[in-house]
Amino acid sequence: MTPLNRPTVRDALSVSLTVGAYGVAFGAASVAAGFSVLQSCLFSLLTFTGASQFAAVGVVASGGTALSAVAAATLLGTRNALYGIQMAPLLRVRGARRVASAHLTIDESTGVALSQAPRGTDAMRLGFWLTGAGVFLFWNIFTLLGALGAKALGNPAAWGLDAAVPAAFLGLLWPRLETTFLRMVAAASMVFALLVTPWLPAGLPIITSTFVALVIGWRER
Amino acid sequence: MNPSTMWSVLIATSVLCFAIKLMGHQVPQRWLANPRLQRVNALIPISLLSALVIAQGLVVKTHVVVDHRLAGLAVALTALLARAPFPIVVICAAATSALVYHLH
Repeated sequence: MTPLNRPTVRDALSVSLTVGAYGVAFGAASVAAGFSVLQSCLFSLLTFTGASQFAAVGVVASGGTALSAVAAATLLGTRNALYGIQMAPLLRVRGARRVASAHLTIDESTGVALSQAPRGTDAMRLGFWLTGAGVFLFWNIFTLLGALGAKALGNPAAWGLDAAVPAAFLGLLWPRLETTFLRMVAAASMVFALLVTPWLPAGLPIITSTFVALVIGWRER
Repeated sequence: MNPSTMWSVLIATSVLCFAIKLMGHQVPQRWLANPRLQRVNALIPISLLSALVIAQGLVVKTHVVVDHRLAGLAVALTALLARAPFPIVVICAAATSALVYHLH
């Protein structure tokens, strides 16, 4: 570490540790939904995009079909494509390193990279790789701990795990609600989900809520 | 859901989520420059996460059910308003929900 890149390293590591710790909540939610400890760990190793992982196990937990679970997770993952479009010209890597950079393209690695812009291109690259690798490491360690913990605890409701999952979704949603407009979109989506719940098979209210995003986002503003 | 279906959820989710990430790194920058697409894409996580809060906190199968989970969710909301960090939010929600579950 040189004095020049110290602030970038500090940003990357603090984000990695705090975000990685959320892995406990995922591991616990996944086991509570009926996935094994091995499957929970594979989700974090292979899917490696938190909100999508929570969505997949969440839909399974609520009795939705496999198709609804995969669709919800995939739709939540679409934002990573936009991150990739921003990161590829910055990273300029090919082959195996491009595959690795794609796998590490998540909210946090992109966010830290973009936040390093005043410190220059090298700091942005360092921020991306260090945050991506750091979150990957801690997210997987904490997923294992959460999954083992939940398995040892038994009945999810007795330990409040069934409430920990919606609380985790609320915690993931919260920092995105930056403006009154975005808070209105969230409120509209919640009301929509409540209204369609009695009429649709389990899991589908989650997917169909993207209809709210589509209708509101389509219009100019 | 039977074990092989759960494996297929895991594998399909992993393959598709990685394919989306890789696609972002492969396509020319102008492809997703459409402002309408960007607006919708920015709102999708908000709509999905909002619906997931409802589906996990207030729904059993296809019924809206008010139970111990809502108490946990209310405490989570209070903790977020008090700017509590994520792990505290989740732990407070779980503890409250467990308490109400056992008191019932």
